[in-house]
Amino acid sequence: MTDWPLLSITTFLPLLGAAFILTIRGDAAVVARNSRNVALMTSVVTFLVSLLVWVNFNPASAEFQMVDQARWLPGYAIVYKMGVDGISLFFILLSTFLTPLCLLSAWEAVQVRVKEYMIAFLILETMMVGMFCALDLVLFYVFFEGVLIPMFIIIGVWGGARRVYAAFKFFLYTLLGSVLMLLAILAMYYDAHTTDIQVLLAHRFPVYMQSWLWLAFFASFAVKVPMWPVHTWLPDAHVEAPTAGSVILAGVLLKMGGYGFLRFSVPMFPLASHDFAPLVYTLSIVAVIYTSLVALVQEDMKKLIAYSSVAHMGLVTIGIFTVQVQGIEGAIYQMLSHGIVAGALFLCVGVVYDRMHTREIARYGGLNARMPAYAIVFMLFTLASVGLPGTSGFVGEFLVLLGAFQVNSWVAAFAATGLILGAAYMLYLYRRVVFGKLTRDDLKSILDLSPREITVFAPLIVVVLWMGIYPSTFLGPMHASVGKLINDYQLAQTAVPVTPLALR
Amino acid sequence: MSELNPALAVPEIFIALSSLALLLLGAFRKQEAAQGISALAIITMVLAALLVPAGGSVRAVAFTGMFVVDGFAVYSKLLVLLASALSLAMSMGWLKHEKLERSEYPVLVLLATLGMMMMISANNLISLYIGLELQSLSLYVLAAYQRESSRATEAGLKYFVLGSLASGLLLYGSSLIYGFAGSTGFEALAHAVSTGTPPIGVVVGLVFVLAGLAFKISAVPFHMWTPDVYEGAPTPVTAFFAVGPKIAAFSLLVRVLVGPFAEMTQQWSQVVVFIAIASMVVGAFGAIAQSNIKRLMAYSSIGHVGYALIGLAVGNQAGIRGVLVYLAIYLFMNVGTFAIILSMRQKGRAMEGINDLAGLSRTHPMMAAALAIFMFSMAGVPPMAGFWGKLYVFMAAIESGYIALSVIGVLTSVVSAYYYLRIIKVMYFDEPAEGLDRGVSGGLGVIMGINAVLIVVFTLVPAPLVSSAGTAAAALFGG
Repeated sequence: MTDWPLLSITTFLPLLGAAFILTIRGDAAVVARNSRNVALMTSVVTFLVSLLVWVNFNPASAEFQMVDQARWLPGYAIVYKMGVDGISLFFILLSTFLTPLCLLSAWEAVQVRVKEYMIAFLILETMMVGMFCALDLVLFYVFFEGVLIPMFIIIGVWGGARRVYAAFKFFLYTLLGSVLMLLAILAMYYDAHTTDIQVLLAHRFPVYMQSWLWLAFFASFAVKVPMWPVHTWLPDAHVEAPTAGSVILAGVLLKMGGYGFLRFSVPMFPLASHDFAPLVYTLSIVAVIYTSLVALVQEDMKKLIAYSSVAHMGLVTIGIFTVQVQGIEGAIYQMLSHGIVAGALFLCVGVVYDRMHTREIARYGGLNARMPAYAIVFMLFTLASVGLPGTSGFVGEFLVLLGAFQVNSWVAAFAATGLILGAAYMLYLYRRVVFGKLTRDDLKSILDLSPREITVFAPLIVVVLWMGIYPSTFLGPMHASVGKLINDYQLAQTAVPVTPLALR
Repeated sequence: MSELNPALAVPEIFIALSSLALLLLGAFRKQEAAQGISALAIITMVLAALLVPAGGSVRAVAFTGMFVVDGFAVYSKLLVLLASALSLAMSMGWLKHEKLERSEYPVLVLLATLGMMMMISANNLISLYIGLELQSLSLYVLAAYQRESSRATEAGLKYFVLGSLASGLLLYGSSLIYGFAGSTGFEALAHAVSTGTPPIGVVVGLVFVLAGLAFKISAVPFHMWTPDVYEGAPTPVTAFFAVGPKIAAFSLLVRVLVGPFAEMTQQWSQVVVFIAIASMVVGAFGAIAQSNIKRLMAYSSIGHVGYALIGLAVGNQAGIRGVLVYLAIYLFMNVGTFAIILSMRQKGRAMEGINDLAGLSRTHPMMAAALAIFMFSMAGVPPMAGFWGKLYVFMAAIESGYIALSVIGVLTSVVSAYYYLRIIKVMYFDEPAEGLDRGVSGGLGVIMGINAVLIVVFTLVPAPLVSSAGTAAAALFGG
């Protein structure tokens, strides 16, 4: 089996499904039903194929595995090249894992233009998976930017009241960051004469270039993560996007920024990363504390979770730039955990939104009386978001703080206050929505989770607990790659350039 | 040098003879023959397109050095013929619907195409001018073709007056160059400027020539005619203007600048950088407030010219390859978009407001999808072809150290993304207001479909186009 191009199959299988859905014709109801089924089937099969990637993955190796390659652009050494290592493996799985759940969650919520919705989601999946697999910078960029198209359509067509504004803001913000990265990619090609990531990881860029390249990449990834102060698109996009769109946004799209820092900024520009680390720490700490405080006063559930995402991703960026084993593994773990937990929380909001068509916290209260199962599910994810030991959130946060403490205890201390604030706003949210007296009349007839919704939440619960109780399953495969990354980074720091004057 | 070598100009001679024959046919057969003449004109262009590569792509001159054929000419001529044939094919249904069918229309298009091919093969300032004027005079008439419409006649007059001014500048520049360099032939000019510092008269003359050609490609600051003419002229004429003449004039500009004046790159490069930046900025900001889609396309074309000019400003082989890739992709995006604009009708009336597209994704899902693909492509969002056009241009620019130019380029592309997205927003996010008529004519549907597929598929198989553009660019640099 291993000689199959598993990564390319995982990437382009959803596209095949989308093409198939495109051909479905007939009565509106039939089309809707068939496209839902085809989309779900495609994404489940994609997930199974991606599990094969995991099975075939050799955790002992730090190198890229399952590499497949083809000629692509004439005139330049730009190739089609896919591969996976310990850092990207779980992001691929995260994308393929969340997509079927998203499709299932939108089973009833999306009633208009179902066919287009399913096509957009499958294209989105292709772009996300491709981006994590890409081993060529230009290929990476194509997928990275390609994500914008389906997401723009998803927010704009199936979103809330201010969807147009949110969709434009999302698109233009991210595009503005990315085009600068494109120029940096071209400049890297000019210096290294290749865009092959494997080669570039071993290439030493001259010091004077590193700072500029780092800043250009930072412009793109900081918007994507998002870091304070360029995070403002996120609350808008989250609030206006349909539930499944928010899940993917929080679950996967934000991780693209963190992944980018890990894959490009830190290993390719180690000297600049070292120099700019204080900047990243500062922005991250501001994000952690400031957005946590903002989250405390939100009236809208989705907005609250959106701000909490910014805070959680602040921890991730701190972890990455500590360049310690614990810090980086913690950052990856935190991203995976946040992908699952934030996604699940958006799904929890979606559950009540589908019933009441409002996300205003004040409109709820006392849901535990009518919806015990929902209350338990929501509680579990709330606690996972807070970082309770035994849930996935704890492992990531703990490791990040451990890593941060080795580098700068002040950073660790400030980051830790974020955790306390996190507990405050999440529990406050939970109290207002679930506890208290059920006073509103329209809530008295609200129904508990349907079997379909339980099917959506069950795998998420399993993964959250698994990640919390036995993290080795996930940390094991990362070890080798993260070790190599840190090793290379430290080598580059000690081999400080002797000839900074040699400007070409 | 002294031979006539007419065999090299077989495609041009063929088109010239056919257009004369069709003109006679039209005169004798009156109006009912218009449809047939259009079809014959298209066939003529297809045949000419077959004849062009048959002549071979080895550099050779004809007519005592006036006329040159090389790989670059073959590539550009094929683009021009494709653009003209497609836009003529698209216009047939529209003209019939508006009762504007006349046999002069296809003949004028054919003559303009002949002019463009002459421009591409020009190897002398005189033949350059003759080709350019043949093209321009045909275009002036076409702009005012809908003579009952005051907007069309205004557009035609405006185009004529400003166009003549540009031609005058060009002619004045040519005479200065002749006066100071002693020749109008490109080889002799190349020789004249290669020894020592070029005389100031040649530099000034070159600037005048540049101004004249910048007018034809509607580069800022010679772009003022573009929005008015695009809006005023009948839509099929606009579709024709938007592609073929732009490509021809651009090829001519490339041939003049990297041919005889290659040694003066330092001098003209600054001018080109300036008009590139100005075009990108005006194209990006000018389009934001437009509500008429033809006017928007005018600003969009100004912006695209700016991007292509980046490649020219770089001036090396990689840069010219970027220009040629860009122009080819520009052709497909524009032809596709105009196929859609031509099929915008409400209760039989042709529409051109952006808001008339409201809710198009509900009423015409396929057409909306195609237009969305074109718009994303024009905005330069991967994986659409437009992204690769920009990539090749910027790649060349970065390699040659034009960092600031590239940064301005990508930033304006973000600004222009806004108005391309606005069209997608109108089609996908807004509710259908009145809705356009159903039933797109088969031909237009096929054209927009094929172009949309090409734009997407280019990402998967970029090799054929990019390689042939590379060969064409190499031909210009004696490779």
